[in-house]
Amino acid sequence: MIEMEVVYSRPESFTPTTTHYCPGCTHGTAHRLVAEVLDEMGIREKAIGVAPVGCSVFAYDYFNHDFVEAAHGRAPAMATGIKRVRPNNTVYTYQGDGDLASIGMAEIVHAAIRGENITVIFINNAIYGMTGGQMAPTTLPGMRTTSSPGGRDVETMGYPVRMSEMLSTIDGTSYAVRRSLHNPANVRKSKKAIRRAFEVQERGMGFAMVELLSSCPTNLKFTPQQALDFVGDQMVSYYPLGDYKVAPEVKALKV
Amino acid sequence: METNIIVSGFGGQGTLFAGQVLAYAAMDAGKHVTWIPSYGPEMRGGTARCTVTISDESIGSPLTRNPAIVLAMNLPSLDMYEPLMMEGGLIIANSSLINREMEREDVRGYYIPAAEMAEAIGNPRLSNMVMVGALLEAEAVLPLEVVKNALGEHLPKRHHKTLPFNFKAMDDGAAFVRAAK
Amino acid sequence: MTKELMKGNDAFAEAAVRAGVEGFFGYPITPASEFLEYMAKRMPELGRAFLQAESEIGAIHMVYGAACAGVRSLTATSGPGLSLMSEALSYIAGTEVPAVVVNVMRGGPGLGNIAPSQSDYNQMVKGGGHGDYFPIVLAPATVQEAIDHITLAFDLADKYRSLVFIAVDGNLGQMMEPAELPPMRVLPEEPPSWSVYGAKDREPNILTSIYIDPPDEEVTNIRLLRRWMEVEKNEIRYKEYELEDAEIAVISFGVAGRICSSALRTAREEGVKVGMIRPITLAPFPTEAIRELSKRVRRILVVEMNTGQMLNDVKQAVGGRVPIEFYGRIGGITPLPDEILEEIHRVNQNTEDIADGQEKVEWLERLEARIERGDQ
Repeated sequence: MIEMEVVYSRPESFTPTTTHYCPGCTHGTAHRLVAEVLDEMGIREKAIGVAPVGCSVFAYDYFNHDFVEAAHGRAPAMATGIKRVRPNNTVYTYQGDGDLASIGMAEIVHAAIRGENITVIFINNAIYGMTGGQMAPTTLPGMRTTSSPGGRDVETMGYPVRMSEMLSTIDGTSYAVRRSLHNPANVRKSKKAIRRAFEVQERGMGFAMVELLSSCPTNLKFTPQQALDFVGDQMVSYYPLGDYKVAPEVKALKV
Repeated sequence: METNIIVSGFGGQGTLFAGQVLAYAAMDAGKHVTWIPSYGPEMRGGTARCTVTISDESIGSPLTRNPAIVLAMNLPSLDMYEPLMMEGGLIIANSSLINREMEREDVRGYYIPAAEMAEAIGNPRLSNMVMVGALLEAEAVLPLEVVKNALGEHLPKRHHKTLPFNFKAMDDGAAFVRAAK
Repeated sequence: MTKELMKGNDAFAEAAVRAGVEGFFGYPITPASEFLEYMAKRMPELGRAFLQAESEIGAIHMVYGAACAGVRSLTATSGPGLSLMSEALSYIAGTEVPAVVVNVMRGGPGLGNIAPSQSDYNQMVKGGGHGDYFPIVLAPATVQEAIDHITLAFDLADKYRSLVFIAVDGNLGQMMEPAELPPMRVLPEEPPSWSVYGAKDREPNILTSIYIDPPDEEVTNIRLLRRWMEVEKNEIRYKEYELEDAEIAVISFGVAGRICSSALRTAREEGVKVGMIRPITLAPFPTEAIRELSKRVRRILVVEMNTGQMLNDVKQAVGGRVPIEFYGRIGGITPLPDEILEEIHRVNQNTEDIADGQEKVEWLERLEARIERGDQ
């Protein structure tokens, strides 16, 4: 007899669906980490996700729990409305960089200011994906995009914004960290951070955000491996990985 | 029967409250009533006026161009409303702050030194109640007792120690007009 | 009968509490701020959600979220705030969740002023946001009606999973009038089955306004339109005044309508056979009632506190059957009964035909002459 052991299976928080994401895109990885965390914490049945506008606009097709679809950038406001009237549910937003750091800047900052007891998963891939590769607020200096064809000129187009650092300055933020999805070691670290961010909410400790540096091979015109290397080399040097705000009570959490 | 009363003065003279006291009394007396302020962006110091409409029937417009009764707490109020008064209307003018005669001969008027009389009772802020007392004596809009009861009923409890002074202000206003009749 | 003398905005807010509002999200704006202030005190007393948002955009998206969570939620604002909310209003309609927005209208466009106006008629009745959708719009004329409409608005919102506006103006928000409040609604124990509250022992509920395949969106648009047709069939409300023998008819809504009712009373005393229809639902509009009326009267006068926004809907209903005249005060000015009375007499004596569009030209001439005279 050969002994069989299950080493990999679909989390219960996932639907049996193939995603529409491009080969080499890390949205699928980020989704899976969230689903695994919801399973491990046993909170799938009370989870309510808030999907953004962007490539992950159909995130709700892949998660096996309640979901709403927000307008562009407004996910933190919508999540606030849900959490305030259903405080016993676990409410999280899943947002890209255009959604969270550009059009939704006011909503994310004020959700943090209020110490809103929600979890935010922030996908930073330095580009607008769904609309076809335009410059994002997080596009690196000099990066060519369809709306910065000569490369991002910081003199006229401004500088990339570092959201984790920015939100760490806000008293209402309990947890703001940056991780990356460009290799297995960092994926594992990302999952731990996501787990902690949900634990923060479950314990009523306030606002938690995990920023995940991600790849967009299609719009950056890279192969999947090149795209991951770009994240690991270029993006990590502009957006250093690390814990920007970990409130003392969050630090004390045993996860 | 429908009567429009405008109470007009500076902010801080208690014009809006005087109108509300009349409105509460009218409601308690089983009348239809509306109270509407003219509101501005300033919180203090501007003009403050309200229109109280008391009627036996349901009220259409809460506003009027030609009021039957005006309590003019200051000169600008008299200047504004004297030309607009309906024929045979009534103006109660606060002579403490109004130093001119009325020009219309088809409008009845009483001048009452409301500020001095309020001062004499010990609180200059009671001039609005002096004016209300004067009105109720000059025109049978509502019985004075009903208005006093309304004040007692609707004034927040923490202000109830001021009730006797408010009643005295109304009585003094009424007595002044009775003597002048 | 336990009538209380309450300020309009306070009364509406308490009525909302009693209608079972579990989420209020707002942003300060004159002349609607008392609503927010009242809720700031009242909602926490009852353990219900109150939040002053970072903007009207934030506020309405919070309402949207709470609505998706299946509780009665609302916001109160004024024109500039409503403009900012347009985005979410379209999403709420597209997601088919119930929500109520109270709009205390003020003078515009732009920052305008804070005086009473009815210039957001088109913004509410015609949608305001993008896409094909059909909000219900209620236009109360008294404090009591506004109180009653709050409960009605939530009942309609729930019944049709629709967006409902309550259109009032600064006059109604600021005035006091004796009114009776409804009893406190017992809050439902179970959330609506379609809402998001956690997918325990059931399939997940997904609330979205995206239908990426056009055939799906087409079906959605058909569903929204069919539902709207149901609303049109069941929910048209209006009030008639002295129409039995009327030869001329006034059509006016909200506070303008109640001011007209005063002028109407005087005109009747002076022997003019005048009546009035006051639309209570601006959407769905009482088109049929006005069409029928136009077969019985010889002339119609539309009165609004805007440049003739409802006028177009009246014209459509009347279909050129009788001459329509217009009178409006604009920019935050409330018309007074005497000027409406003057208009009623003028319209009563006018036998001339009037070309489409000419009614506005003539109205502007009369209005400018009035302004010239300094006769505000």
